[in-house]
Amino acid sequence: MRRLVGSTIGELGKLLRAREVSTREILDAHLGRIEEVDGRVKAFLRLTPELAAEQADRADRALRSGEAGPLTGIPVAVKDVLCVRGVETTAGSQILRGFKPPYTGTAMTRLFDAGVVMLGVTNCDEFAMGSSTENSSYFPTHNPWALERVPGGSSGGSAAAVAAGEAVISLGTDTGGSIRQPAALCGVVGMKPTYGRVSRYGLIAFASSLDQIGPFARSVDDAALTLAAMAGHDPLDATSSDRAGNEVLSNYGGEVKGMRLGVPREYYDVQGIEPGVKAAVDRALQVLRDAGAEIVDVTLPHTDYGLAAYYIIAPAECSSNLARFDGVRYGMSEEDAANVTDAYSKTRRRGFGTEVRRRIMLGTYALSSGYYDAYYLKAQKVRTLIKGDFDQAFKHCDAIVSATSPTVAFPIGSRTQDPLSMYLCDVLTLGGNLAGLPGISVPCGSSEGLPVGLQILAPQWGENVALRVARAYETASGLKAEVAAVG
Amino acid sequence: MASPAWEVVIGMEVHVQPRTRSKMFCGCAVGRLGDAPNSNVCEICLGMPGVLPVINKAAVEACLKTALALGCEIPRHTKFDRKNYMYPDLPKGYQISQYDLPMSSRGRLELGGREVRIRRVHLEEDTGKLIHAGDKLHRALESYVDLNRAGVALMEIVSEPDLRSADEARDYAMALRTLLRTIGASEAEMEKGQMRAEPNISIRRKGSDELGVKTELKNINSFRALHRAILYEVQRQTEVLESGGTVVQETRGWSDAEQRTFSQRSKEFAEDYRYFPEPDLPPLELDPAWIEELRRALPELPSARNTRLVSKHGLTAADASLISADRELADLFEGAVSAGAPARQTANWIVGEVAPTGKLPSAENLAELVRYVDDGAITRDQGREVLVESVETGRRPSEIVTEHGFVQLSDEAALQAIAEAVVAANPKAVEDYRAGKKQALQALMADLRKRAPQANPKVASGLLLKLLA
Repeated sequence: MRRLVGSTIGELGKLLRAREVSTREILDAHLGRIEEVDGRVKAFLRLTPELAAEQADRADRALRSGEAGPLTGIPVAVKDVLCVRGVETTAGSQILRGFKPPYTGTAMTRLFDAGVVMLGVTNCDEFAMGSSTENSSYFPTHNPWALERVPGGSSGGSAAAVAAGEAVISLGTDTGGSIRQPAALCGVVGMKPTYGRVSRYGLIAFASSLDQIGPFARSVDDAALTLAAMAGHDPLDATSSDRAGNEVLSNYGGEVKGMRLGVPREYYDVQGIEPGVKAAVDRALQVLRDAGAEIVDVTLPHTDYGLAAYYIIAPAECSSNLARFDGVRYGMSEEDAANVTDAYSKTRRRGFGTEVRRRIMLGTYALSSGYYDAYYLKAQKVRTLIKGDFDQAFKHCDAIVSATSPTVAFPIGSRTQDPLSMYLCDVLTLGGNLAGLPGISVPCGSSEGLPVGLQILAPQWGENVALRVARAYETASGLKAEVAAVG
Repeated sequence: MASPAWEVVIGMEVHVQPRTRSKMFCGCAVGRLGDAPNSNVCEICLGMPGVLPVINKAAVEACLKTALALGCEIPRHTKFDRKNYMYPDLPKGYQISQYDLPMSSRGRLELGGREVRIRRVHLEEDTGKLIHAGDKLHRALESYVDLNRAGVALMEIVSEPDLRSADEARDYAMALRTLLRTIGASEAEMEKGQMRAEPNISIRRKGSDELGVKTELKNINSFRALHRAILYEVQRQTEVLESGGTVVQETRGWSDAEQRTFSQRSKEFAEDYRYFPEPDLPPLELDPAWIEELRRALPELPSARNTRLVSKHGLTAADASLISADRELADLFEGAVSAGAPARQTANWIVGEVAPTGKLPSAENLAELVRYVDDGAITRDQGREVLVESVETGRRPSEIVTEHGFVQLSDEAALQAIAEAVVAANPKAVEDYRAGKKQALQALMADLRKRAPQANPKVASGLLLKLLA
């Protein structure tokens, strides 16, 4: 059993095609691993064994008839914000408890069509708002490498599931770093695609102009394969791009020789970066230099304003996106109310957690008449400046390299009383969301025995550039996403 | 009506449902009035978690055609915005509308020889409908939500405050309906909810340039209601001001049952809509080549036709505006004229006989009929009968005339005997006439027509007059 748990897509695919193992055996091995460790990790909110069995049988038939693709039979864990018809999907919130979507989102449909087997739904910060998965209304998820620590967030359950060997790949969403940061803290690969690469149809929106769906995986190739299966224009999402170019997700190569990699000084010396994280990044830069890349200094002068702009734009959009949770058509509904306004107040006060309510209030304020220009409009102007920073930087380099998170995984409960310290977790990642860039986090060693992630950002639609650097680093460093023993 | 000291100022917001098969942002069918509640809905218009809007191109096209027909300027870039407010008939908690970059602006509509300025025409989505068990929301025990209309496309046509009376406001709305039907942008049936007019009404002292405090009227679902509601509201405002009070800026409903306006506890009371650009829809770039194509494809507009009916066909202004306001009547008129019927007589027949019934003969049949009467071959009364039968059966007037043996009797010798019989049978009328009551002639003519429907009225009345002299 152990040889199946902790394998990559490529390794499992070989076994499947050689008929050495069936999809059902792979599924059972992973269900067994979940049974073994998830009581401690708590990555999953709920399992979908019936759906998994049905998909596994279909995958086995596809393998027998020779219609299998690279993802056929691969067990996947899905963040609790991606709608699958008939599968309870709650965005980590009480307000959606019991909600079963009547439809399946586009990215999920495409993955199902590619033959994956869905294991279950993973924990996350409520409505993807948070950086530690502690804002889940159900329970916190534990970092498989150090159970008293957070897995990062908001897609902490998905990152932990891959790190603990419970799933081969998983899906997350990234609005300000919610894939890359937990990938770094859990020692796995996590990728946020270019805004518009993957359809958001079926993703319960947090901040529409920033959200993207992306994969967690054990290797760069696995991440690319998963992303390729989901990517491409969707007529149901007007912000999904119809430009061609998904081939960049399969032909990215693995050589950095002659590439110029930019290190922004604002990221390298970011406030609060831990010395051990900095040391791991230095070692990674040396590995890349040794592999033939040229490391150059670049600058992103408006970085300091990014966090503020992000925490205006994202809450503003969320304040509107979350208005639909009113208890009228689905989800929690407070019936003991004097009138409709009272029903709204009671439903939403009981259904939403503290952080969600805080952001709804922040966003409502930022959009109010008389404040719009000073907050939302100003933040959008900052966003334009930040995009300009990246445009300038990419004139001097092919990709940008930095730490993914300034810190390693922190103890559960250590930041919950101080929202600002939690917001700072995203300081190196949210620029990529504001500018719509593709970014990947790959394991780059450890600090204090905990995983450190290396972030590679590329120009819009340049996933191949990020993937190439990531793969070259993965090969040259010899560092793989290991499976945590879960002690 | 306002007393002469006051001037009425009205601006109109008209919501029109463009002719589209599907809703504004999803593939749901645009249902009909009377469909089972919540039968035309999907996860998108229900505002389920995770769904996204996609713009209906047919709605954009209808809106652009309307804007072009109203002479609006079309920008290169336009965008959609979210108008945020919570109400159970609004599934997403926001309405997708257009705020600061509408699809078009600055147009005009010609109305009785003058121009009403159009501020803007933009696109948005409709809301659903609440049905309360009980008569009022605050007293209802249960309320039901029907989302069939939620997400149906709407064009909002906003005029400047250029209208000066209830008549003008009604004529404006009717002219808009004609225009929309002519260009095929909408059926614009008020009774079916495809067109809703919301007048903004204020009054001011004659000669003043300042605008008074306005009220906005809602729930108006016919031209008649529009007219009456404005008359009522103007009267109400006049009374308020003349008794030393002040008009409160508010939204008022119109009650058809009670024939009065009433203050509505408006949902937008002190509401801040927190408009911001809809992040789920990229800004729209309007290709000037496409706009030109739409402009070229527009049919002749009612105002141009009106002008032509006067200048080319010599119709009176009244006849021309009545006929040009209805595309079918105007087509009938021009069809009959080109089939050889004399223009003014054709217009008389259309205005007097065809328009009131709303049942149209074919242009050829009307032309034939008008010629029969004009030539004196049959009487006007006979002509009316022929028209009714021709409309009902579709048969040619010549067949009907032959079958009924309709001819006009102009022979004086034949008519003399009939006229003498009429005089003999109506001694009272004859006496009255001779005593100076000239209208008594009409009673004699009526009796003569009864005895001889085919009688040429001119010849017959000449004979009667001779006998009475």
